[in-house]
Amino acid sequence: MALASSSLTTVSGFDPESIRGDFPILQTRLHASGDNPGVPLVYLDNAATTQRPRQVIQSLVDVYEKHYANVHRGIHWLSDQSTDLYEEAREKVRTFINAREREEVIFTHGTTESINCVARSWGDANVRAGDEVLLSEMEHHANLVPWYQLAERTGCKVRHLPITDDGRLVMDALPQVLSERTRLVGITAVSNVLGTINPLPEIIRQAHAAGAKVLVDAAQSVPHMATDVQSLDCDFLAFSGHKMLGPSGVGILYGKRALLEEMPPFLGGGSMIRRVRLDGFEPADLPAKFEAGTPPIVPAIGLGAAIDYINQIGLDAIHAHELLLTRRAHDVLEALDAGVRFLGPKPEEKAGIVSFTLKNVHAHDVAQLLDRAGVAVRAGHHCTMPLHKRLSCTSSSRASFYFYNTLGEVETFGRALGDALRIFKRK
Amino acid sequence: MPFDRADEDELYQEHILDHYEDPFHRGSCPHTTHAHEDDNPLCGDVVRIELDVDAAADKIQDAYFNGDGCCISQASASMLVEHVTGKSLEEVRNFKAEDMLALFGAKLTPNRQKCCLLSWRVLQQAIYSPTAQATTAEPLGPPRTLEQADREDHGS
Repeated sequence: MALASSSLTTVSGFDPESIRGDFPILQTRLHASGDNPGVPLVYLDNAATTQRPRQVIQSLVDVYEKHYANVHRGIHWLSDQSTDLYEEAREKVRTFINAREREEVIFTHGTTESINCVARSWGDANVRAGDEVLLSEMEHHANLVPWYQLAERTGCKVRHLPITDDGRLVMDALPQVLSERTRLVGITAVSNVLGTINPLPEIIRQAHAAGAKVLVDAAQSVPHMATDVQSLDCDFLAFSGHKMLGPSGVGILYGKRALLEEMPPFLGGGSMIRRVRLDGFEPADLPAKFEAGTPPIVPAIGLGAAIDYINQIGLDAIHAHELLLTRRAHDVLEALDAGVRFLGPKPEEKAGIVSFTLKNVHAHDVAQLLDRAGVAVRAGHHCTMPLHKRLSCTSSSRASFYFYNTLGEVETFGRALGDALRIFKRK
Repeated sequence: MPFDRADEDELYQEHILDHYEDPFHRGSCPHTTHAHEDDNPLCGDVVRIELDVDAAADKIQDAYFNGDGCCISQASASMLVEHVTGKSLEEVRNFKAEDMLALFGAKLTPNRQKCCLLSWRVLQQAIYSPTAQATTAEPLGPPRTLEQADREDHGS
């Protein structure tokens, strides 16, 4: 396999080498000892979490060193400073997903909390026994379990839109599983295993026609492709900061204002109240109503810095480069001649996620042997046990890309896999 | 003991790969009196162990395993059923987690120790799990739960 990364890199119009210097952790060498200089880190676990550039790390340091106090509380100068930065970050998020109003952007602690907020608050208020929640067979546990819990509380029924063997939604089945009983459709924008980019506009159109609300799990899409909640017309959208260069511990719940206004608060505590008496309380206005307690102040500000960084690169360039890497990874895996089975559709139909199984090597052995070569991939069921059961495999290996990955790294991944296979092909 | 990456070559050494690729007694036990199956929910590895226990002689006459999983979980299961064939039940009960790790040989990180100990947990439960057909099997005393076995045999 010829290595032509320099010429190929320019095909996507973006050269990751120009920005890799911004990411301190990507300079890491692993497994060095004595005279052994070790191997460079090849980080291909971006669907789990991404790394962050100096600009984001520095934004956190700046807040802690110069601007930190609790938000929306003090009269003092520092509290004003941190409140301004926190609300600036909210405005950056609003612009990034094109929400109509800042009140529709709720800071949570992650996608999981965002979805739980909707299931608890909107779900408990609007879903009754006999109602249905429609999910799909490719959902992450974070978009399954909160709805199963809702079903336990309310007696509603959870249904699943089936998928094809190559990991695409069976859209023809949507009219059959949607009904006037469907209260909500919870769907992932991009599968964290298959990489499948789901046809959200069509799903949302049909769901609304049936009278159902739609929650989009956008954890794997917002970091990689442009998101416009107004043109999508989704009712809720959830994503996390740590999968898009931001700190861990911050996520977003977008909701249409009218829905958020009607919903009861999720968590109770400080900030989310207008008034508390000895016999009750009145909730605060949006967005504070859903931000009980001290929010993830510094992670939220860091997420703002991450959005600035992503905007500088541009989501179109990011998506094009990831497609290039994904195509290359498919070629490299097929060239191994090791009985590779891809979970998910063709590179052109998916995001930068390549999940696969090899005929004779278990996913955990793949991950462990790749780690020797400095290559970090995920192995296991990736929080999608029902999906793996549907695809008749107990586990898979997953390489997932972000814009800082290079074609050279994909080649290293392929070489390391070749070495791993040789260990199992001694005879 | 701190884990050195150099030990990983040891992890995929000959005798472990031999057990993985050419396992001892992989399949069904021709005369099963006791059996148990469990999985490691973190990774999906599955191991089933079937035993032919001669209760009168207090002995494991025959032992087979089946399963699906990584090299470590499957090779260790092969090593284990080979090791316990012909052993007394008392010896099996006294075969602790540390003994299992020692039998496997290669050093393992805490996460991969779970792969290695899966078959051991299954075996410890299997000796208390007579199959429906094995009506002649003598009771072996109250079963320990897996949690008890883990606690007693592997610290907290």
